[in-house]
Amino acid sequence: MSEPSALAIEGLSFSYGNHKALDDINFKIQSGECTILLGPNGAGKSTLFSLITHLYDTRQGRIELCGFDIKQQSRLALARLGVVFQQTTLDMDLTVDQNLRYHTALHGMSRKLATERIQQELERLNMFDRRFEKVRQLNGGHKRRVEIARALLHKPSLLLLDEPTVGLDVPSRKNIVDYVHRLAAEEKIAVLWASHLMDEIHANDHLIVLHKGQIKANGTVDEVLKQTDVATINEAFSRLTQGQAA
Amino acid sequence: MSFLHYWRAMSGIVGRELWRFVTQRERFISALVRPLVWLFVFAAGFRAALGLAISPPYETYILYEVYITPGLCGMIQLFNGMQSSLSMVYDREMGSMRTLLVCPLPRWFLLLSKLLAGTAVSVLQVYVFLAIARAYDINIPLMGYGTVLPALLLSGLMLGALGLLLSSFIKQLENFAGVMNFVIFPMFFMSTALYPLWKIKESSALLYNLAQYNPFSQAVELTRFALYGQFNLHACIYTLIAFIVFMTAAIIGYNPSKGMMMKKKGGE
Repeated sequence: MSEPSALAIEGLSFSYGNHKALDDINFKIQSGECTILLGPNGAGKSTLFSLITHLYDTRQGRIELCGFDIKQQSRLALARLGVVFQQTTLDMDLTVDQNLRYHTALHGMSRKLATERIQQELERLNMFDRRFEKVRQLNGGHKRRVEIARALLHKPSLLLLDEPTVGLDVPSRKNIVDYVHRLAAEEKIAVLWASHLMDEIHANDHLIVLHKGQIKANGTVDEVLKQTDVATINEAFSRLTQGQAA
Repeated sequence: MSFLHYWRAMSGIVGRELWRFVTQRERFISALVRPLVWLFVFAAGFRAALGLAISPPYETYILYEVYITPGLCGMIQLFNGMQSSLSMVYDREMGSMRTLLVCPLPRWFLLLSKLLAGTAVSVLQVYVFLAIARAYDINIPLMGYGTVLPALLLSGLMLGALGLLLSSFIKQLENFAGVMNFVIFPMFFMSTALYPLWKIKESSALLYNLAQYNPFSQAVELTRFALYGQFNLHACIYTLIAFIVFMTAAIIGYNPSKGMMMKKKGGE
């Protein structure tokens, strides 16, 4: 039997009252694949993330993480998920280490394992020396690094990032973009990255363009360019969303 | 999903809350100032105006300060319960509630852990308050400091569950100020915290009924009796039922399919 997809979404629709936020969404993400979710404001990205993280319940359609249904087997599914939310979700008054230990406690890790994993993830992001500093003292880029480290502590199969580079300077952004792409390639983690910014897309990424709750394009960068018959992702995006800015 | 996982998660949540409380000195002090002002100023002023007959659990005439001490313990817990829910609204706005809700544990357990964390903080506050009250000659039998613990836990859980329930309905921080006025003040003033039931009955039958059925009154009475080593069964059952009702409603409120979360659509 083949390995289940890290994320499989089938026939997913979702409405707020009469407003249809998502309409028949279907896509899969395999391990080691970096998928960029592009969409203008109001496209349905946040709703999709709320459904994948089980903040909202799936009413129509199905979401599976590593073969586990998010509705029926939510705990097994959530154990395989790492999330970096759009807003900072760190406790500013606690140190980096305290924030990460809180996360390891929520995932039921022993103290020894937590210490090992915290060291491992912070060292990879060059943040280990700053583990006893209060989060409040860190700059935006470093806070983001801590959040990425936190999302990886329990070794998830799927990493969700909701516009994680908003408000960061160019070097910090590049650092994070490159790091996450390396994670997908080397650690075989599946990545779903919601973004506004075309320069965050690498040539071998998978692209999903979401507009008004519907998928307008789904394929590799080359496939999307071919489908839209244009030369750049910017033009392709513009054509697919009828000129709306991301 | 082992027992150890649950235990570690709960310790993590409670530990984080206690640590935050202890390190936030302003919060610690402001939580104490409110009941102390009531004790030192309000009670002292009213001592002469209010005469209290002997009624259980008291076996002798008491000063008004002694009478309102359990009510002020309740006040600490009531404010703390609401403040915890305020922090949950804040947490949700800031997103850290989301971090909690995406961890692989049942939602009822996460909410219960949050509630226990808030209760632990409120019990700590009450004990510091009681220590200061003792220095001010509010003498409670030594054994009472021990017997009051389970009463404080139950009353803290009940008031915290009420706060939790409210937080599942409140969309934004701004709305919370209104709820404070509509919940905290009516609950506190329409209770036995400041005056005994028979005294209320003398002035208004309606107020008497409201105070009698107010769960906060029952929590205060439970604490009052426990402070003197006595067990008030009626108050205990009433508080317990109120806790179960509020907690169940709060869990439904935070349920992804049934609750209010669906109506609280986040921005795209």
